[in-house]
Amino acid sequence: MQGPLIDTLARRGVTRRTFFKYCATLASLMALPPSAGRAMAEAMAAAPAASRRPSVIWLPFQECTGCTESITRSHSPSIEGLIFDAISLDYQETLMAAAGHQAEEALHHAMKENEGKYLLIVDGSIPLGLDGAYSCIAGKTNLEALKEAAKGAAAIVAMGSCAAFGGIPKANPNPTGAVSVSDIIKDKPIINIPGCPPIPVVMTGVLAHYLTFGTVPELDKLGRPKAFYGETIHDRCYRRPFYDQGKFAKTFDDEGARKGWCLFELGCKGPVTYNACATVKWNAGTSWPVESGHGCLGCSEPDFWDGGGFYRALSRPADPLKMAATAAAVGAAAGVAITFANRAKKSSAKAAHETVTLADLEK
Amino acid sequence: MNEMQFLTWVRGPGLDIAIGIFLLGVLWRLIEIYSLGRKVDVAPGRHRDGASGLHTVFRRSVPPPGMIKRSPVTYIGGYVFHIGLAIIVFLFEPHIILIRDLTGLSWPGLPSQVIDLVSVITLGAMLVVLADRIKNPVKRYLSTFADWFTWTLTFLPVLTGWMAVQHLLLPYTTMLALHILSVELLLIVLPFTKLFHAFTVFGSRWYLGKINGHRGVPV
Amino acid sequence: MSASLQKGINALKEVIDAPVASYFNSCVHCGLCAEACLFHLETGDPKYTPIHKLEPLRRVYEQEYTLLGRLKKMVGLSKAVTDDELEEWKELVYDSCTMCGRCSMVCPVGNDIVYMVRKLREGMAVSGHAPDGIKGATKRTVEIGGPMGLKWPAVANVIKKAEAATGETINVDKPGVDYLVLLSSMEIVNYPEYLEALVKIFKKAGITFTLASDAFEATNAGMQIGASDIAKVIVSRIINSAEKLGVKYVLSPECGHAYMAIRWEGPNLIGRPYKFEVRHVLEVLEELRQKGVLKMKDKFKEPLILHDPCQIVRRGGVLEAPEPLVQTVAENYIPIVDKQKWNWCCGGGGGASAIHTEEAEALRAKAFRIKKRQIEENGVNTMVTFCANCRIVIEEGFDHYEMNTQLLGLTELLAEHLED
Ligand code: SF4
Ligand code: SF4
Ligand code: SF4
Repeated sequence: MQGPLIDTLARRGVTRRTFFKYCATLASLMALPPSAGRAMAEAMAAAPAASRRPSVIWLPFQECTGCTESITRSHSPSIEGLIFDAISLDYQETLMAAAGHQAEEALHHAMKENEGKYLLIVDGSIPLGLDGAYSCIAGKTNLEALKEAAKGAAAIVAMGSCAAFGGIPKANPNPTGAVSVSDIIKDKPIINIPGCPPIPVVMTGVLAHYLTFGTVPELDKLGRPKAFYGETIHDRCYRRPFYDQGKFAKTFDDEGARKGWCLFELGCKGPVTYNACATVKWNAGTSWPVESGHGCLGCSEPDFWDGGGFYRALSRPADPLKMAATAAAVGAAAGVAITFANRAKKSSAKAAHETVTLADLEK
Repeated sequence: MNEMQFLTWVRGPGLDIAIGIFLLGVLWRLIEIYSLGRKVDVAPGRHRDGASGLHTVFRRSVPPPGMIKRSPVTYIGGYVFHIGLAIIVFLFEPHIILIRDLTGLSWPGLPSQVIDLVSVITLGAMLVVLADRIKNPVKRYLSTFADWFTWTLTFLPVLTGWMAVQHLLLPYTTMLALHILSVELLLIVLPFTKLFHAFTVFGSRWYLGKINGHRGVPV
Repeated sequence: MSASLQKGINALKEVIDAPVASYFNSCVHCGLCAEACLFHLETGDPKYTPIHKLEPLRRVYEQEYTLLGRLKKMVGLSKAVTDDELEEWKELVYDSCTMCGRCSMVCPVGNDIVYMVRKLREGMAVSGHAPDGIKGATKRTVEIGGPMGLKWPAVANVIKKAEAATGETINVDKPGVDYLVLLSSMEIVNYPEYLEALVKIFKKAGITFTLASDAFEATNAGMQIGASDIAKVIVSRIINSAEKLGVKYVLSPECGHAYMAIRWEGPNLIGRPYKFEVRHVLEVLEELRQKGVLKMKDKFKEPLILHDPCQIVRRGGVLEAPEPLVQTVAENYIPIVDKQKWNWCCGGGGGASAIHTEEAEALRAKAFRIKKRQIEENGVNTMVTFCANCRIVIEEGFDHYEMNTQLLGLTELLAEHLED
C-alpha cells in the first residue's frame, strides 16, 4: 500500500504495521468487522493530494478549546492526530495559520467549493441570550454562523458536551441561554460526541468511520455513536466486583480507597454514564478517572453539571428532608384538627343517646 | 426533559414532595386513628395485663397452628414477599447509603447478587399472591380497586429496581429514575390506603393483645 | 315503635374507638379470617368472611371519623349506610356470627374482629335490625326475668327437687354467705342436675352459698342483641342483689355468655368494679381439685372428647381449668386437635341459638358439621362440655344428623363420680 499518508507516517517513525494495527483497533472499538479496519486503512492511506481530500470545517462557539486540546495533544506522537492528514481541515481557528479576514475568506471559500459535501464540526454551545451577543465571530453571532455553515454541510459532528448538549455554559442558571447544535439544526444528520472533553480516539474513530464509509455510524437516542457510548462506565468498570460485593471507599483516603474499592459512595456517576473511558482509557491507555481514584463525573451525559453534586452518591437524593419538618408539622396539625372534630362528633353522638329500651328494638 | 433531567428531578424535588406527603400523611393518619381513644376496662383483669400487648405484636408474626396448611399460598407467599421486601429495602447497599444519608444510621449490606436473587424471588411471590387474589373466592370477594392498585404500587418499585440493575428494557438512567418515581408513588399513597397497615399493624396487635390479655387469653 | 336508622348510626358513632379505627386501617383483605370462621368453612360462601360482616361499621367509621372518608361521602364516592343494607346484614351479624372470636385468633394484622361485631350489634339493635328470636329473648328477660320466660316458682321447684335429691337445705336470699349462685334458664329447664351437683360439691368443700329470688338468671340477652342499656338493666339485678346480700363471690354457671356478661361486661356497663368477685364454676372446681377436695370414687370409662365453650375459654379466659377436671373424672379423655382457645364453636352462640328462622336453623346445622367431624375423627361416642347453650345446640345437631352420641355436662359428670 502506498500513498501520501504512509509516507508521512514513515517520516514520523510510524511503521505501516502500527498504522494497520491502529485502524484494526479503531474498527474493533466501533464493533465493525475486521475487514472494515483494512478498508479504513486503505481509505485513509490513499487520501489524495491536499486539494481533493474531503473538506472539514470546524466552528468554535462557546467553548474552552478543551476538545481541540484533547484531540491534538492527547499524546505523542499522536497517531490519532494523523487523521488530519487524511482530511482537508479548511477552517479551525486554533490550528490554522491564517487569522482575521484571511481566515474568514478560507471559510467562505471552503463552504462554496464543497457545497453539500463538507463535514461540519462544531465545538461549544450556542448562546441565544441577548440575541446571541454573548459570542460573535467576525461580527456574526454563533447562531448565524452555525445556520450558515450548516446549510451546505453533508453532516455535522457536535464535538464535546457543549455542542452536543449545551454543556457547562448551559449549567444552571444558564446565563447566556446556551443551547446545543441539535436544538437549532433539525434537517442535517448530527453526530454527537459528548465528553468534557471527549476521548481522542472516539473523535478520530468517528471521523475515520465517516471518511471511510461516508455514512453516519449507528447512533443512540441522544445521537451518540453506539460503538463508543453503548455501555455505561459502571458496566465496564474494573472496580465493579467491589460494587457487587458491597465494598465501598467511604472517603478518598481510607482503607477502601487504598484497596481500590468502588467509588459509588463518593459520588461516582459511572452507573448512569455512557462513555468508553473504562475500555479505551485516556492518555494512550495510561489510566482513567476511576482508575486514578476519582469517581466518574458523568461528563458525557446531558446536564452533568446539574446532577446533584459530584461527590453525592447516586442513590442519595439531593435534599430529601427539605420539606420534612414543614410536612410533619402540617400533618400533625391536620391530625389534631381532625381529633377535635372527631371528639366533638363523638360527644354529640353521646349527647344524642337516649337510653335504649325494649321499644327501641322495634321499628 | 431528557433522562438525566428526569433522574435529577425524581432525586430532587420529586423525592422532596413524596417524603413530605408521606410524613404529613403518616402523622395525620396516626393521630386521626389513635386519638379516638378507648375506654378503660374497669373489670378487674384475670392477671396483671403486663406486656400482653407487646407479646401479641410479636406472637402474631407466627402463623397459628394449622393455618399454614389451610392457606399455604397466603402464608408462604406473604412471608416471602414481606421478608424479601425488607431485605431489598434494608440490605441493598445503595439503599443503605440513602438511609444513612437520611438518618445517619448504617449497617452492612448484602452482595448485589444476593439482592438480585431475592428480588426475583420477591417478584415471583408477589405474582403468586396476585394470582391467588384473583383465584381465591374469598380474596376476590374482598378485593376492591384499592387492592389491585396497592399491589401494583408495591410491585413496581421492586420490578423497576431489579430491571435497572439488570439493564433490561430501558437505559439504566431512565430505569433508575422510574424506580425512584415508583417508590415516590408508593410513599405518597401509603398513608391513605391499606398499605398503612405497615404502621397500624403494631397498634392493632397491641390492642388485641391488651383486650384479650386482660381476660387472661394470650392471643 | 322507636327504632330508627338514625339511632343506629348514632349508636355506631358512640362505640367507634381507636381499636376499631386501627383494625379497619390494618385489614389487608388477606381472607385468613374466613378460614377461621365455621360459617365460611362449612358453607364455602365468601360472604361469611368475618371482616365482611363488619362492612356497615367500616363505612360509618370511614365516613364519620376520617377526613378522606368525609370527603368521599361529600362527593358521593362513598354511599351512606341504609336501612336496606342493615337488613341485609342482619343475617351476617347475627345468624352467621356466634361471636366465638376464633377469627380474632388468626388475623395476621391483629384485628379483634369479634370486638367489632359486638359494637356493630349496638347499631343493628337500635335501628331495628336484630332478629326476632333474640328480640323475643331480650324482651322476656327484661319483662319476665329470663330469656325463656321462666319465673322464680320454676326455680323454687328445681331447688325443692335438689333438696330432695341431696337431703340438704338450699339457702335463698341469705346474706353473708360465700357465694351467690346464679343459674341460666337452660339449666333450670333442661339440666336441673347442675344444682344438685353444686350442692354436693360445696357441701364437701364447706362452702356456703345462697340463691337470690330477685337475681337467679345469669344470662344476658341484652348483651347478645347488642343493647348495652338493656344489658345493664339485666346485669344490675345481680349486682344489686349480690351487694345487698354482701356475698364474697358470685358464681357464674356453666353458661358461656352469662359468664361473659357478668364477669367481663358487667363492670363496664355500670362503670365501676363490683364489691364482690365473679368466678366461673369451673374455676372454683379446679381450685377445689387442687386442694384435694374434689376426689372421685371412680372414673368415667368411655372415651370422650371435650368441647370448650368459646365464651368461657377463648373469650372468657378460663383456659387452664377444664382439662385437668376432665382428666380427673374421665379415664379415656382424648385431647382433640383444636382445643382450648382454638376450639370450634358449636354454631349457636352469640344469641344465634335463639334465632328460629328456617335459614338460620339450616345454617346452624351446616356449621355443626365441624363438631360432627371432630366426634367422628376421634371415634368417640361421648362429648363433654360446660355451657348450657352449647348443650342445647349440640343436642339439636345430634338430632339433625341422627347421631347417637351422648353429651355430658362437666359439673354433673364430676358430681356423679364424686366420692361420697
Ligand atoms: S467506581 Fe463507579 S463506575 Fe466503577 S463500579 Fe464503582 S460506581 Fe461503578
Ligand atoms: S366471631 Fe366466630 S362466628 Fe363470628 S365471624 Fe368470627 S369466627 Fe365467625
Ligand atoms: S384476617 Fe384480618 S387482615 Fe385478613 S381479611 Fe380478615 S380482618 Fe382483614
